[in-house]
Amino acid sequence: MTVFGTGAATGSYDELENTDVILVWGSNTQECHPIIFNHMRRGIKNGAKMVVIDPRRIDQTKLAHKYLPVRVGTDIALANAMGHVIIEEGLAHVDFIQNATEQFELYKEKVQQYTPEYAEKITGIPAEDIREIARLYATAEKATICWTLGITEHHNGTENVFSLVNLALLTGHIGKYGSGLNPLRGQNNVQGGGDMGALPNRLVGGWNYDDPEGRRLHEQVWGVPVPEKMGKHQTLMLDAMETKEIKALYVIGENPVQSDADGHHVEKLFENLDFLVVQDILMTKTAMMADVVLPAKGWAENDGTLVNSERRIQRVRPALKGPGISRHDHEIVQDIANSMGANWNYQSAEEVWEEIRLLAPNFAGVTYKRIDEEGGLQWPCPDENHPGTPFLHTRLWSNDVGKRATFVPTDYQPPAEVPDEEYPLMLTTGRRLQFYNTGVQTSNYKKVKNAEEAIEIHPDDAAHFGFEDGEVVRVSSRRGSVETKIKISNKQPRGLVFMSFHFPEQANTNLLTNHATDPLAGTAEFKACAVKIEKQVEGSVLTEAKV
Amino acid sequence: METQVKQVETICSFCGTGCGLDVEVENEQIVKVKGHKENPSSHGETCVKGALGWGYIHSDRRLTEPLIRKNGKLVPASWDEALQLIAHKFSAIKESHGPDAFGCFSSSRSTNELNYLVGKFMRTVIGTNNIDSCNRT
Repeated sequence: MTVFGTGAATGSYDELENTDVILVWGSNTQECHPIIFNHMRRGIKNGAKMVVIDPRRIDQTKLAHKYLPVRVGTDIALANAMGHVIIEEGLAHVDFIQNATEQFELYKEKVQQYTPEYAEKITGIPAEDIREIARLYATAEKATICWTLGITEHHNGTENVFSLVNLALLTGHIGKYGSGLNPLRGQNNVQGGGDMGALPNRLVGGWNYDDPEGRRLHEQVWGVPVPEKMGKHQTLMLDAMETKEIKALYVIGENPVQSDADGHHVEKLFENLDFLVVQDILMTKTAMMADVVLPAKGWAENDGTLVNSERRIQRVRPALKGPGISRHDHEIVQDIANSMGANWNYQSAEEVWEEIRLLAPNFAGVTYKRIDEEGGLQWPCPDENHPGTPFLHTRLWSNDVGKRATFVPTDYQPPAEVPDEEYPLMLTTGRRLQFYNTGVQTSNYKKVKNAEEAIEIHPDDAAHFGFEDGEVVRVSSRRGSVETKIKISNKQPRGLVFMSFHFPEQANTNLLTNHATDPLAGTAEFKACAVKIEKQVEGSVLTEAKV
Repeated sequence: METQVKQVETICSFCGTGCGLDVEVENEQIVKVKGHKENPSSHGETCVKGALGWGYIHSDRRLTEPLIRKNGKLVPASWDEALQLIAHKFSAIKESHGPDAFGCFSSSRSTNELNYLVGKFMRTVIGTNNIDSCNRT
């Protein structure tokens, strides 16, 4: 994260049980992170007020002190208006701003125009509600903001995050127990993947790719120079596949042909490759396009460590041998490296970890032995006597602040694609409780209900277009078209429809979504695209399946 | 045959919460998964995905051996054959088009050790920073 120099949640789950205000912003925590939601639930029991900010009236709004039904993609306008109110009413934490931050004047100037009345027009949230929540957040002794993809899966996702960080800097709700900024991670090792330098602009342990000290350290341990040019993030790599600049691709445990936005387009890009290697546990649509498919051991079979959403490094341990002649992920990488002339000789996951400790100062104090004896440890953990760090940035409250935290003023921009006459509805996408991503793991598991895709729509919109609950329809965007069923739902506001992406064999939702990308992070705008819904003619796949 | 029963403590494979789980295994089959009480992040709790969503690991769609494309079709191969083919093709592409003709999508579902090694591989053996890990989710 540009502001603090680290990209991670600042606090711990347990703090959610001991705080006064929780802003849950663009996160269906109850369905997507149920156990984190249990922490929030206990927090509410202990007296915390939860504010849910989401376009959909999701179930967790029932436990909310206040629900703000923000229009899709207008979060910056709402956050800036809260900032406007906090400054105007003298609720900003002046001492904290003076001692620990920079660029406050620029921020103040930026939010000047975002009066609650102006923001009401953009967000659909009444100006009085904006004032109320701004006051609630600013005057709380402890307050925390949690978010997920509702904030990041937009063409301006990085700026959305800045707009929330600005609120914490304005009020001093950072660097203290019970106050923080917490992105909740969607996959079990999103945090660790980044921490390990599986990023185009970061080396191991969070070093910037061009940091001289970090480069020196890596070259010392690796014995060879580190490439000088910044790499391409996923979306830029897809662009480079289009121009055939990238000719060979190595994909591990991902199914980009079905999970990336604008699926038809992505499939064509994969056909462009000269050579594709896919390493996975199951046959996926991406693996079916590969030149070589490598069988990996999976969950309950593999050995190693993960980092969770509260920066805790935990052990995964093998309980099963794994099928056939499958190998551990890290063994396969070593095999490929050695087949190309490297001379690696890691005998275990633990030996790999020992090398990581040499490169990542924040992980240096964590050993497999300590995790086995003490349980998972939260980074930073710089030496073997260090207990780990439950919450970050306490230095911002000390006399020796060091590098100041920077306000990054941001402006509201509408989604890259908005509804028009031809495509009159806005589609947003997400997960449902029992299912996960492209369904590789979950599409055939038993004991769960609702095992099919449907498009959720407000009763008045359904009536307007003449759709009935359960009716098969065709949903189309400018990029593709899928069949699915109508599900009339009071969760939806007028004009906004919702689909998940769990059942690509039934309805490949990502054929519809938009490839428009956040230039800073390379995240596609999964959360907003314009669609139309049409009555289905006879002879369609779904109607045939019913007979 | 004597029944082999064991219980292994590990971490859930789904979202980023990182709940601790106890996996009960009988004769190489998972029979039960429950929350691990001492885990400091989840205190023994687990959701429906963690407790019941593991069936895929025993799926008959699991990949059991390497596959290579021959005459347009993916066919079974030995590890040696698969690795030699990769080495041959990767080396040829690196030779004629340079290291930036490569890209890697690493996995935010796999371990730190995998992500570390694949980063080291792309940077030191191939020679490019073109690596990303779906890590914006």
